[in-house]
Amino acid sequence: MSLHTLSVLVENSPGVLARVASLFSRRGFNIESLAVGPTEHEEISRMTIVVNVEGNPLEQVTKQLNKLINVLKIVELDSLSSVQRELLLVKVSADTKNRAEVLEIVSLFRARVVDVVADAVIIEATGTGEKIAALLSVLEPFGIKELVQSGLVAMARGSKSISK
Amino acid sequence: MINGSESLVRSLEHAGVEVIFGIPGGAILPAYDPLFDSSIRHILVRHEQGAGHAATGYAQATGKVGVCMATSGPGATNLVTPIADAQMDSVPLVAITGQVPSGAIGSDAFQEADIRGITMPITKHNFLVTNPNDISRAIAEAFHIASTGRPGAVLVDISKDALQANAEFNWPTVIDLPGYKPTTKPNSKQVREAAALIAQSQRPVLYVGGGVIKANASRELLAFAELCGAPLVTTLMARGAFPDSHPQNLGMPGMHGTVAAVTALQKADLLITLGARFDDRVTGKLSTFAPNAKIIHADIDPAEIGKNRYTDVPIVGDLRETLAELVPALKAEFAAGNQADLGAWWKQCNSWRSTFPLGYDIPEDGTLSPQYVIERLGKIAGPDAIYAAGVGQHQMWAAQFVSYEKPRTWLNSGGLGTMGYAVPAAMGAKVGRPEAAVWAIDGDGCFQMTNQELATCAINNIPIKVAIINNESLGMVRQWQTLFYNSRYSNTDLHSKRIPDFAKLADAMGCIGLRCEKAEDVDATIAKAMEINDQPVVVDFSVHRDAMVWPMVAAGTSNDEILVARELAPDWDSQDL
Repeated sequence: MSLHTLSVLVENSPGVLARVASLFSRRGFNIESLAVGPTEHEEISRMTIVVNVEGNPLEQVTKQLNKLINVLKIVELDSLSSVQRELLLVKVSADTKNRAEVLEIVSLFRARVVDVVADAVIIEATGTGEKIAALLSVLEPFGIKELVQSGLVAMARGSKSISK
Repeated sequence: MINGSESLVRSLEHAGVEVIFGIPGGAILPAYDPLFDSSIRHILVRHEQGAGHAATGYAQATGKVGVCMATSGPGATNLVTPIADAQMDSVPLVAITGQVPSGAIGSDAFQEADIRGITMPITKHNFLVTNPNDISRAIAEAFHIASTGRPGAVLVDISKDALQANAEFNWPTVIDLPGYKPTTKPNSKQVREAAALIAQSQRPVLYVGGGVIKANASRELLAFAELCGAPLVTTLMARGAFPDSHPQNLGMPGMHGTVAAVTALQKADLLITLGARFDDRVTGKLSTFAPNAKIIHADIDPAEIGKNRYTDVPIVGDLRETLAELVPALKAEFAAGNQADLGAWWKQCNSWRSTFPLGYDIPEDGTLSPQYVIERLGKIAGPDAIYAAGVGQHQMWAAQFVSYEKPRTWLNSGGLGTMGYAVPAAMGAKVGRPEAAVWAIDGDGCFQMTNQELATCAINNIPIKVAIINNESLGMVRQWQTLFYNSRYSNTDLHSKRIPDFAKLADAMGCIGLRCEKAEDVDATIAKAMEINDQPVVVDFSVHRDAMVWPMVAAGTSNDEILVARELAPDWDSQDL
């Protein structure tokens, strides 16, 4: 796998997500992760797309994306010069016997417990994909009842803004 | 105060629209009321597909934006094929569709189809307008996007309530789309690098695509080609971009190209690619295409560069400007003494050309040769006529045996390969160029897909001429069945020498129907058709059904495996290679 993280600024208008998704689908590009949200400019949305470019050079992906009229700017963010984060919510079995153990793991990973009932907790964690994967592997023996994960979001380090 | 419909029609007038091909219906109905009073000519077609191809033919023949209009639901979905067709061949097309009222969108209302969603992958861009105040801007942007950069198809879907409500008309004087800034000015450093490569090349070939016609760059191409002196090939989409009579033109490359054109590309050390896209029908098996050639690729669309083939020198920009800049750059190279001798290369190319000219066999049973019909048609109608073809054998023969001297005289569906393109496209071309003789060279299969537009032509005084190359089969498919399926003719026999009677059908449609079955009658029949200018003419040429298109590079194989006839490869050993 050859993964690349693209920050894509798009016009905040209806159908833009469909255009991007449709483009990836019809050109045979593989999306590993996708996150969309607002930016500091009301009329601009930002997509963070992790693309697996095996078989298709990254250049074709960005050139085809650039042909979409609603796409304003594309920047590739590498993991060293950018901050990259995913959000995890995971519901883990935890009763009075092992809750302390679970909470210790939570604190070691600098995660948070956001809901507690008698036999389970919901843990919220943010981090890189590696950190999330490591946390999940440690929690796994307790019994993962449910998990949900966001797509990756990323921002270049330093003082410059992508939308300038 | 005007309403959305009036804003739409006024916008179309501001965009310079002369003619719209379309059919009204429920959702678009409000627009047809102000259209009734407009200076814009509306041609009521018989099927929306005909409207789309007519707009495409008009655009290809004139270089202007073609416009078609339809109602929501089935009206809009009937436009899908011509929209995809125009987009694939980079034809500037604006399609306007009515949509159900905005409050009903998403409710599976009567005649509702999400045409914006449906056409997203087959348009350059599309719009759904539900606010009447947005109509004028959307139309202005649609025409701008369709006609600039790499041209293409744009759809504007407008909800019925937006057409009916009060609207502000704001025709923008400047169009500023932050995400759409086509590069037209070529990078001069790249141009100089290209010139340096060209000057050094021992075996260059100019690989000319349809982009040259789109860019109206034929004159610049002629100047550059003559300076450079290299052999030149014109793809299916580029026939007419450079005169066939010019000694540097080796003809069409690709699956049914000339041996000289195909082989020159294969043996070249440099391809000067101009507005072409390394389509599989040209390259054959991509990994074996032009294996020793460096690639200069000039195109307005940066995404075409490097898409199929690695490019050594990319030049993104308008081809007219690029070619105009290449001339002084190459002159400077020559002046500096950098000029390779192309004598040996020309000797080879000329040897391929003279040894393997295009040709065909006259059927032994006395039936009519389809190639002969098309060759004579080209000779008699001449280089000022416009030729529109359908898709299949007749299309390839029309590309091979008609000599094209001028751009925008050869219209066909190259990328999508849409059967049924010819008759409506010829109609559109004739509307745009009424002074020219416009011939649809069609197959009997294709003709039966869209011939309803003959009624449109007859009623609206659009006297096109149609040559049906009637081999009573889906000829190209039949050819593949002959070659690759042991002559098992599964579902390719159309029986169209028996049913329908094309001459009678033409007559019933208000056209003149003629028949021709013998070689000795061909010239007289064509001459007769040429004399009729007040009515459409349909000539049913009953031709030999087993004629095949040669040369041929079988799909998926290497261009090196070109065959000049069945199981007959060129005798390369007799050539000085």
